[in-house]
Amino acid sequence: MNLTIVITIISLSLLALISAVILFFVAQKFKVFEDPRIDQIQEVLPAANCGGCGFAGCRNFAEELVRSVSFDGLNCPVGGADVMSAAAKILGREAPVVDPLVAVLLCNGTPEFRPRTSKYNGAADCRISNTLFAGETDCSYGCMGLGDCVRACAFDAMYMDRTTELPVIFDDKCVACGACVRACPRDLIELRKKAKKDRKIYVACSNCDKGGPARRACKVACTACTKCFKVCEFGAITIENNLAYIDAQKCTFCRKCVNECPTNSIIEMNFPPRKVKAEVQEEAVN
Amino acid sequence: MLKTFPAGGIHPPENKITAEKAIGYLAIPESVTIPISQHIGAPSTPIVNKGDNVKTGQVIATCKGFVSTNIHSSVSGKINRIDQVTDTTGYKQSAIIIDVEGDEWVETIDRSKELVTDIKLSSEEITKRCLECGIVGLGGATFPSHVKLTVPEGKKCNVLIINGVECEPYLTSDHRLMIEKGEEILTGISILMKALKVDKAMIGIENNKTDAINHLAGLTKKFKGITVHALKVKYPQGAEKQLIKALINREVPSGRLPLDVGAVVHNVGTAYAVYEAVQKNKPLFERVVTITGKSLANPGNYFVRIGTTVNKLIEAAGGMPEDTGKIVNGGPMMGKALKSTDVPVVKGTSGIILFPRNESERTEINPCIRCAKCISACALNLEPFLLMVLSEKGMFERAERERITDCMECGSCSYSCPAGRPLLDYIRLGKSTVVKMARERIVK
Repeated sequence: MNLTIVITIISLSLLALISAVILFFVAQKFKVFEDPRIDQIQEVLPAANCGGCGFAGCRNFAEELVRSVSFDGLNCPVGGADVMSAAAKILGREAPVVDPLVAVLLCNGTPEFRPRTSKYNGAADCRISNTLFAGETDCSYGCMGLGDCVRACAFDAMYMDRTTELPVIFDDKCVACGACVRACPRDLIELRKKAKKDRKIYVACSNCDKGGPARRACKVACTACTKCFKVCEFGAITIENNLAYIDAQKCTFCRKCVNECPTNSIIEMNFPPRKVKAEVQEEAVN
Repeated sequence: MLKTFPAGGIHPPENKITAEKAIGYLAIPESVTIPISQHIGAPSTPIVNKGDNVKTGQVIATCKGFVSTNIHSSVSGKINRIDQVTDTTGYKQSAIIIDVEGDEWVETIDRSKELVTDIKLSSEEITKRCLECGIVGLGGATFPSHVKLTVPEGKKCNVLIINGVECEPYLTSDHRLMIEKGEEILTGISILMKALKVDKAMIGIENNKTDAINHLAGLTKKFKGITVHALKVKYPQGAEKQLIKALINREVPSGRLPLDVGAVVHNVGTAYAVYEAVQKNKPLFERVVTITGKSLANPGNYFVRIGTTVNKLIEAAGGMPEDTGKIVNGGPMMGKALKSTDVPVVKGTSGIILFPRNESERTEINPCIRCAKCISACALNLEPFLLMVLSEKGMFERAERERITDCMECGSCSYSCPAGRPLLDYIRLGKSTVVKMARERIVK
């Protein structure tokens, strides 16, 4: 009885010892070196795994940060400057300043402005609707309102407005990961530079048709009349493919183009209300 | 026992309202809009300018590349402009707009009605004439016919199959053509046989068109090597691969062409167009279109000049009924709803169907109940429910392995789904994405 126990203990101990020796050598042989900084950086990243940086997930991005020599083209839009500087600190480098971005919808075709001329009751998926036909309105460039972008957003920063039939983006929640940009089959969402107090001026139209057809399809379509281009003193506005575009880098938010646009396709957001001309004159008199 | 294809298939209500209506001629409109892309392959290049005078049958756009074909003016008159117009889907497409002045045909066209059975052209000349006359497959796919008549090196065609199935409900254009132009079609088939160098042709016709079967079978005595076969009524028998399987019991492998099993399939409408092109030198500028619908006052079949707007057709059929909810271009199974009626009839337009409002809405979409009806209905032995989920979730590599590209988009799965799921919509999306992926791989 006692002997059995002794033999068992001895044989098991021997087995453990031999296994330990084998495992030790195997571990030596197949050792994979992993930079400890990868783990450290992963700690500071937001762990959203949204793919906004262009990599499969936060771990991938961390590996890339450690591997790369410079930070060029590497940015975590979700974490922003704070996270990037923390990551740079771990690597003993300087993070370049990258402007934070925000998503904007380049279409303002509400049913009021853009009458519905047909009805679609197929699968509620923008990609399908886009391949089948031009959409419920006469504008074949505008938003179809079926919400692929809203479904793609992992940050709850979008919802579909029932009355305007357009998606609405919350500036404070949008992290500019670009999921909606990739989801939209008509490329209607643009990531633009985020300005102070979330101010925005942009051409909310993507219609590349000539002025006449564009205007017939939608009351707020850009007709490429070039008025905004002429009034802009900073060269921020370009006109291409019958469509005006405001460069967010050059725009100084003077708002002259907004007044000039005859179809109201240039949108200003989050600005204080304008003073009425009469008031301005009064002020001048006083 | 009548022949048919073995796997899948459905039996939608036939609704062949216009089967007894003789083909009429639709009046030439005041202006026509002729799109430069009416066929599969590269769009043609316009060779006329604004203000030019053209005659009926004159080439106005030439082919670009091998898989492409010529486009002819369907009227005589003056070129108004070459512009972007909305096509059947609502997207913009280049088209030539012609203002009609009289109806003066190109002199080389033989306008007499008499039948010419004597084939003077050689096989190469026939293929060339098909290209010159802009002949495309008139079954709906509009694949340029001269490409199908060119048998590549190393392959051999030993049977020509003529598709007179017309398995789509409502449509009767091929049916009427077979009854009224039987001899012309059979001559056309003889021409196609000569071009392909085969001595055997089989015409497959579904058994709901017994008058056409009897008529053609009676006429075939005068033509060598052509036989008429009655087929059991089942959708989608008009699909190339299904028809080959039904008639000669050969199965076209996945991703291959009918020529790989020694067969070439042409539609009866194409055979008629080939007859006119080869014997009468008449290019393809008009075709038979069925205008039908349960509420229409005067549905019928018409020879319509290419470029006539759908509006004119509806007018001829007694005007748009009050309760119209949807207008479909093509058959009810594979056709697409029109966004506007101000669009031209093109080479591929086989019918226009006006559905009343109560028949045009889709049913509510419910969750899949795993009943496998879509699998039973699929004529290609695919698993539509799985392909739909894969496309919806963006798992396109897996969809490719499940052979999504084999799908011919016949719509039997969506038709048979008791939960009203949009199976085909998603499969189409997946298919186009997979095709795009495969093309990118080749480029790499």
